[in-house]
Parts: sequence; C-alpha cells; structure tokens
Amino acid sequence: MSIDKETARKVAHLARIEVAEEALEPLAAALSNILDFMEQLNEVDIEGVEPMTSVTPMDLKKRADVVSDGGYADRILANAPDTREGFFAVPKVVE
Amino acid sequence: MTDLSKITIAGARDAMRAGELTSVELTQSYLDAIDAADTLNAFSTKTPEKALAQAAAADVRIQVGDAPDMCGIPLGVKDLFCTEDIQTQAGSHILDGFKPKYESTITSQLWDAGSVMLGKLNMDEFAMGSSNETSYYGPVTSPWRREGSDKALTPGGSSGGSAAAVSADLCLGATGTDTGGSIRQPAAFTGIVGVKPTYGRCSRWGVVAFASSLDQAGPMVKTVRDSAIMLEAMSGHDAKDSTSADLAVPNFEAALTGDIRGKKIGIPKEYRVDGMPAEIEALWHEGAEKLRAAGAEIVDISLPHTKYALPAYYVIAPAEASSNLSRYDGVKYGHRAKISAGEGIDDMYSRTRAEGFGSEVQRRVMIGAYVLSAGFYDAYYIRAQKVRTLIKQDFEKVFADGIDQILTPATPSAAFGLGEMKNADPIKMYLNDVFTVTVNLAGLPGVSVPAGIDHQGLPLGLQLIGQPWGEADMLNTAYALEQASGFDAKPVKWW
Repeated sequence: MSIDKETARKVAHLARIEVAEEALEPLAAALSNILDFMEQLNEVDIEGVEPMTSVTPMDLKKRADVVSDGGYADRILANAPDTREGFFAVPKVVE
Repeated sequence: MTDLSKITIAGARDAMRAGELTSVELTQSYLDAIDAADTLNAFSTKTPEKALAQAAAADVRIQVGDAPDMCGIPLGVKDLFCTEDIQTQAGSHILDGFKPKYESTITSQLWDAGSVMLGKLNMDEFAMGSSNETSYYGPVTSPWRREGSDKALTPGGSSGGSAAAVSADLCLGATGTDTGGSIRQPAAFTGIVGVKPTYGRCSRWGVVAFASSLDQAGPMVKTVRDSAIMLEAMSGHDAKDSTSADLAVPNFEAALTGDIRGKKIGIPKEYRVDGMPAEIEALWHEGAEKLRAAGAEIVDISLPHTKYALPAYYVIAPAEASSNLSRYDGVKYGHRAKISAGEGIDDMYSRTRAEGFGSEVQRRVMIGAYVLSAGFYDAYYIRAQKVRTLIKQDFEKVFADGIDQILTPATPSAAFGLGEMKNADPIKMYLNDVFTVTVNLAGLPGVSVPAGIDHQGLPLGLQLIGQPWGEADMLNTAYALEQASGFDAKPVKWW
C-alpha cells in the first residue's frame, strides 16, 4: 500500500498538523514505508479471531452518577495560553 | 559522606532506621551529584527545595517509627508524570512551561510513603523513541562509554533520563513508563533493573498518555530487591483509572527467597532473530544455564506469532497516540502558534501542532490518523487487534502448559552511539523493541536484569516475562538470576 501526495495531504489534515507543500512528497514516502512494514500482518490467518478490546479480563467498575470533583475553574484555566472571564479563549469561530 | 555508588534502597532504608544515616544527608549528597552531572542532561527540572523539605519530614517519620520502606528515599521522576506546580513537559515543546495543578496517583503514593523528589527526568518526546534523541530538550547522554572511547552513547529510551540517573548514581530509583519497552530497553543499556508490571497493576492517572492500552509505569533501580520495594509502593487500585486492577498488592520483597527449584522457564525459539549478535545469544544461553543450575527446569517453547508483534504494535500504538494527542490543540495548556489576520481556529490548531510536535511524534500521529480513517480501519486497526489476540493466546498456551516464566534477551544489541541512527530508517529504530513489545501487547509483567558485559565493555540485559499478576514470582526468578550473574559493573565516572 503506498500513499500518494494527495493522501498525505488528507492525513495531515485529519491529524491537524500543518505540512508545507514541498514536504508532502517526502511525508508520503515516509508513511508508505511504515505501511509497507505493517503489510506483514496480511500473512496472518485471522479467520474467526476476535479483536482485542481489553488486555486483562476485567469488568469496568460502576459508580454512582454523582458530582465528586470540581469547582476550581481557575486551576483548570491556569495553564491556558489565553483566557477571558473564566473561559478558554480561541480565535473567532463564528462570523 | 555516603558512597552513592554502593548504596541501595534496601540499604538506605535499613541505615536510616538504624539511625546511621538521615534522609537530609542522603538527599544533599544526591543534589550535589546531580549538579555535577549536568552534562548528562538526565534531569529536565531540579527540585532541590522540595527535596530537602520532604527529606526533613521523612527524617521525623523515621525517628518516630512511622516509616514505610520508601520513606526518605530520594527519587527521580520521569517527566511523563504530572507533578503539581512542577514543570511537566513529556519531552515535548508543545508542553513547554506546563505546570499541572494535580499530582499523578503513582507519585502521590510515593510522596505519601515519604519518598523524596529530586527532580524530573528527561525522556523521548511523549515516550516515542528508543534513544532519547526525540526529546525537545536534547538527548540524554549515557554515563557508560565503550572501552577506550569517549563517544557519547544513548542510555536508551524512552525512559532514558531515568536510566542514566540511576546508573550514574544521581538518585536511588526512578519512575519509568513502558509502552513497548521504554523501561526495559534503557535498563538493559545502562546495567540497571527495570520492571514493567502487569497492565492494571499501577494507576495510569496523571501520567501523560501515549497508548492507553499498552502504557504501564514501573520502577527503575539498581537491584531486584529495590525493584520489589519500589514496585509495591507504586502499585494498587485507583478509582481514577478504570483499568487499574482492584487486587491486593503482594509484599514483593518477601517473595525474594532465591529458591527457584522446580520452576519451569520457557525459552521461546522465535526470539532467536536474524542477525542477533553472538554475544547476545551466548548471554541468553548462559542465563538459562544459571537458572538450570539453581534448580529450574529449562523448556523450549514456541510463541508462533512473535514476528507480527512489531507491525501490530506500530498500528495500535500510533492509533491510540493519535487519539490521545488530539488534546494538544493550543487551547488548554502549553504552546499556541500565532496566526495572521484572515486565518481561523483550524490554522491555529494545525500550526500549533506542527510547531509543537517533533518529527517522530508527527509521523506517529499521522500514521495513527491514517489507520483509523474511513476505509482503512478494518484493514489495519481491526486486523492488528486480532493479531494482538493471537499474540496473547500464544502466551496463555505456554502458561497453561505449566511455564512459570519466559527468559529472553532484553535488547538485540548493546547501547549505540548518539546520532548513529540519525539517518536510519525509522523501522530500524523500532526493532529495538523486538523482544519487549510482545509483553505490552499481552499485558504481561516483564523485568530486565543486568546479566553481562559485551566486548566493548557495555552492559547487556536479560528479560524475564511473568504470568499475569505474577510479579512476585517473576521477581524471585530475577533475583536468582541476579545472584547467579553477580553483575556489579559500574560506568567509569567521566562527567
């Protein structure tokens, strides 16, 4: 499976990583190389095998649906690059 | 003045309880050693004031007889663990200046036990790497050198700062994390002991996530006994990590009898990989003979899907990383890129991540996005998860046949030079994990034990793989191997 320049552009967009136009070809080659390595998995007979969902057989614990934490917005915001009036601030998203 | 090259966690504990040593004295010795070792670049943040305050408090607890085993023990913390109000960068530019407002469960447990925090330890960016060269804050240099050479070597990765700090006697123990071998490979490269516990033994809460179904934290220390003591303090159920196991934590140290008579040790034929150096093969054989001499039965076994572990890992780990790392968006913490007039929030996200992530992290996030994308999910991700099931079943079969532990080499080579793999194919670097990655995929415990020195004078390690929740028995076999190997080599101090 090989990735072309347009697929590399799409993958970069899905990952939300800005890639310069001239870097797309080398990126496509690098990703293709890794995908080739993964192609070995096609040799394995997986007929009737369940995909793993939990590596240790355990049931997730249930808990009461109650608020057990919170009330410290200032601490949540303390590391944000930009905040306004107790909220995270981002570039304008609605015209 | 304590000889830091000789002291262990067990030894320091006993000396402090006997009143022969105080934690403040010991901590000050380490702080001095750390300041003299800046050239190794092992510590990314030093916390001397916190260390001395914790040490003084520990001394009071020891005096009044309220001292758990880890009380007063100076430790380093891999920079993947969130530490309250102390820089936590995970080796990444995108977390530059991040000071969490909370403490990870594991480090909380260690501080509650009275341990002393010396600082944060450098690592590969987001734990993605095998040489510490992907750290935004520069690579860690190993305290080890090849005989007759001053070439800088890697301490391994991703827990390279932890390995270098323990090996260079800059702390008595360090926390590490292991997603594909990131505790065991650097431990082997630096001649120390590293334990990757059963998935769910230690809480992942507050540990920066890489691949959540594979990540486990564990201790990196000088001896198997120290690993037992520190692992116990790090283990236990945590309601804040839904995958942490609600099981009693054994007294691991009490399990160290050294008696392994009648134990069945498996030697998997598939781990005899092409191009494996003769020295590694010999080390492995000698290790098996030592266990046999101690009364264990050595059994040839087969783990037929071993070959597919690395390709499966390099689908699953990037897929989970791609999802986990989507939180770095320039909004909640860390770096935010500048945008120009007319650009919007998508430009801000994409540029922040392009500026903030290094090339290896970008590569893995994009591979992860690809294998999870519409049309490819079944072909790559689901297939890899099915292969993962088969890899786990390989282990289940041999354990059902009565195998207690499995002995393998820890790494396919000794430590390599910094920069030596710079132009290599990324897959060549991934091969460092060939013996360790199966253990993460199957959720099993593994331990790397220093076992010998190669022709260049560099340490080599052997790995023991245990049954699920079988850390106590696994560490006892590791203890027998350690006793039989008599490994006591130390790096010659040049820094």
